[in-house]
Amino acid sequence: MDRATDNARLRLLLLRNAPLALFLLVIAVFGTLSDRFLDPQNFTNILIQSSHVAILGIGMTFVLLTAGIDLSVGTVMYLAVALLGIHMAGLPPLLAVPAMAAVGVLFGLLNAFFIVRLRVAAFIVTLATLFVGRGLALWITNTRMVFYQDQVLSLARAEFLGVPWAIWIFAAVFAAAWVTLNHTPFGRQVYAVGANPEAAAKAGINVPLVLTAVYAISGACAGVAGFVSVTQVGAAASSFAVEKEFAAVAAAVLGGVSLFGGRGGVAGTVFGAVLIQTVQNGLVIVNADPYIYPLVTSSIIFLAVFVDSQRSRILERIGRRRIRIEERTV
Amino acid sequence: MALLECESLRKSFFGVEVLHGVSFTLDRGSVLGLVGENGSGKSTTMNILGGVLARDGGRMRLDGRDYDPRGPKDALAGGIVFIHQELNLFENLSVEENLFIGGFPRLARGIPFINRPAMRRRARELLEQVDIRHPPGTPVAQLSQGERQLVEIAKALSVDAKVIIFDEPTTSLTRREAERLFTIIGRLRGRGIAVIYISHALGDVMRLCDDIVVLRDGAVAGGGPRAAMTTERMIALMVGRTLDQLFPERSSAPSATPVLEVRRLSQPGVVHGIDLTLHAGEVLGIAGLMGAGRSELARILFGLDPFREGSIAVCGEPVERPTPQLCMERGMAFLTEDRRGEGLLMHAPIAENVALASLDDYASPWLRFLERTRLGSEVERMAQRVRLRAADPKGALVKNLSGGNQQKVVLAKWLLREPRVFILDEPTRGIDVGAKFEIYKIIDALVAGGAGVLMISSEMEELMGMCDRILVMNHGAIQAEYRRGAFDGERILESAMARRAEEPA
Repeated sequence: MDRATDNARLRLLLLRNAPLALFLLVIAVFGTLSDRFLDPQNFTNILIQSSHVAILGIGMTFVLLTAGIDLSVGTVMYLAVALLGIHMAGLPPLLAVPAMAAVGVLFGLLNAFFIVRLRVAAFIVTLATLFVGRGLALWITNTRMVFYQDQVLSLARAEFLGVPWAIWIFAAVFAAAWVTLNHTPFGRQVYAVGANPEAAAKAGINVPLVLTAVYAISGACAGVAGFVSVTQVGAAASSFAVEKEFAAVAAAVLGGVSLFGGRGGVAGTVFGAVLIQTVQNGLVIVNADPYIYPLVTSSIIFLAVFVDSQRSRILERIGRRRIRIEERTV
Repeated sequence: MALLECESLRKSFFGVEVLHGVSFTLDRGSVLGLVGENGSGKSTTMNILGGVLARDGGRMRLDGRDYDPRGPKDALAGGIVFIHQELNLFENLSVEENLFIGGFPRLARGIPFINRPAMRRRARELLEQVDIRHPPGTPVAQLSQGERQLVEIAKALSVDAKVIIFDEPTTSLTRREAERLFTIIGRLRGRGIAVIYISHALGDVMRLCDDIVVLRDGAVAGGGPRAAMTTERMIALMVGRTLDQLFPERSSAPSATPVLEVRRLSQPGVVHGIDLTLHAGEVLGIAGLMGAGRSELARILFGLDPFREGSIAVCGEPVERPTPQLCMERGMAFLTEDRRGEGLLMHAPIAENVALASLDDYASPWLRFLERTRLGSEVERMAQRVRLRAADPKGALVKNLSGGNQQKVVLAKWLLREPRVFILDEPTRGIDVGAKFEIYKIIDALVAGGAGVLMISSEMEELMGMCDRILVMNHGAIQAEYRRGAFDGERILESAMARRAEEPA
């Protein structure tokens, strides 16, 4: 290996660990500014607050791994919450979660129909369904607030084995997604499709089925995220979960999932979601001007995308086909 | 009894027959070498065998039964595995996952979990057979090209292949890796697997193969057991045919004025110490095998890729940091080898394509509006000059044109800028014989008008028919130079295929 490649590898290593360094930096900065920030209870809060974005991001990770994107997830959260809140208000929480996931799956299948069958770009399809879905939800709710009953709200405070329910759901979704991606044929095929769809088809993988499944999974996660989120706020206004798709993509990319497909995993996404929430939590604790929240958050998102593009560029440079001059360059 | 028999295979594309009855047989445990120039029908034959293309005539028998693949899956089920030049591996997955991506071992029937220990065990067995010592969990991204190829072979073994087809397997391998591959191929033969080995490296073919079939122009030009073959005879069979009537008489001779001078041009891993001078009125050919660095050199000259050392001068003026814009301003034109992907806007009309590189020259002085009338008449003039044939010579969409007419559109685009230096990368690839002749006439007219043409081609005949000089590239460097009158197809091929000796860094 020549020196240029060594350099590239070093930079790649730095870029790969940039999010972790950022996380430690964030903790150090806010920890110095406020004693409350380092309180263990605050970390539990961060986990609870980040759970819905993390769940969204986990679903998004499946889609991103196939080099797709799902912009409709925020809408799905609202749609599921609106449908359940108005038409099935009495449903016990144990059934509400699967019901909302089912709403998400249906929505995801709709996306997949356009993307896989009609071959419309995922970006366009999900951008359209983002507006269509929200319009539908506004029509269902007559743009009024949707209130949830106490049995749902009480979940926000309830704990199981000393751990809040939101964290349990978060953990369950994460575990299921992690096992699926790493230990099932389907999961590995998701990676294969993302890396090289043509080769995947040649290897006998049912590429359309894999693609359909990832959008269904993303929808399901959005439904569950809607439930987790509504238990925390108790009601859903018409702006519920607006722009959550960006938070989900940002969490995934910050955690090392490539927008170009095939690279990354759900553990990284969860890390990314927690990092973003940590920053927001810290800003609240140090009483920062609320108007700078979006500035800080968007800077982090920008950073995430920038790091991803740098990483891909360097990977490409290392992997570029070289004409071999016999053994000399090896 | 032969394992595989192919009998007078025929195939036509768009009414033009490209395969005129190709026959050969393949025995169990033998290696068949398939050689021929680009476009001689090797790929078509193999694609029929692999089920990618349907044959129009002839028959195939595999293991004594009629073999009639409807798609790649049938070929795989029949035990025919194709190892392509570009490997079909997933770099983001591990070696073992690549081996089993099509059918993972499960923990139990009906349970959707991968049985990792079982997968690892079987992967180890397979990897051992191809001498890969890495743990099965190693990411493919960390393997060398040669090792990746061995992984493909292991994949073939995992599906009990009877016939393995290699398409140019050594082009991206180092010599040592190639030797390792040959050892493995020898071992496959020992196990009764039949191998079809397609390669331009005739020395390797002679060493490796039991039988050799030479294709030319879609038919078997000759062949036989290795003992009855020599490299020289193979080349003679490959090149064949007299050249006279295929090329126009050159109407001018080169002058002594250089239009492009390249000195000691180097870029690590790509090209090394390139020296060349192109004169006004000269057609300078660059021959070489795929991967010899010809297209890479062209991209550097046109400012698309960087170089570390050396100098480039156009019409006597040095170009310090070439960019495509700068090169165009200095009078260069570059016709890329990928006409559809890089040379044309396929969905746009002819006129828009022709105007594309000259829009700035046809903008009004102050507001920079496009002067459509002036541009339109010039575009029309260029279309006539290249004898573009289309129902609507301006408005027809480029994607609806034949390959020859598409290439004329690219040429017209550059002619509009009146360049002094043309770099033509495979100008006649995928173009039928009649249209080729017209492209050659355009090239002749260009040099007669005082331009210099650098022509990269994989077709030996074309280079010998058109060029004043031919440079042969081999492993990123210029290996030899031949002058018109001293052209010798066999010697040029030999230079292109020579194993390059150790050279100073």
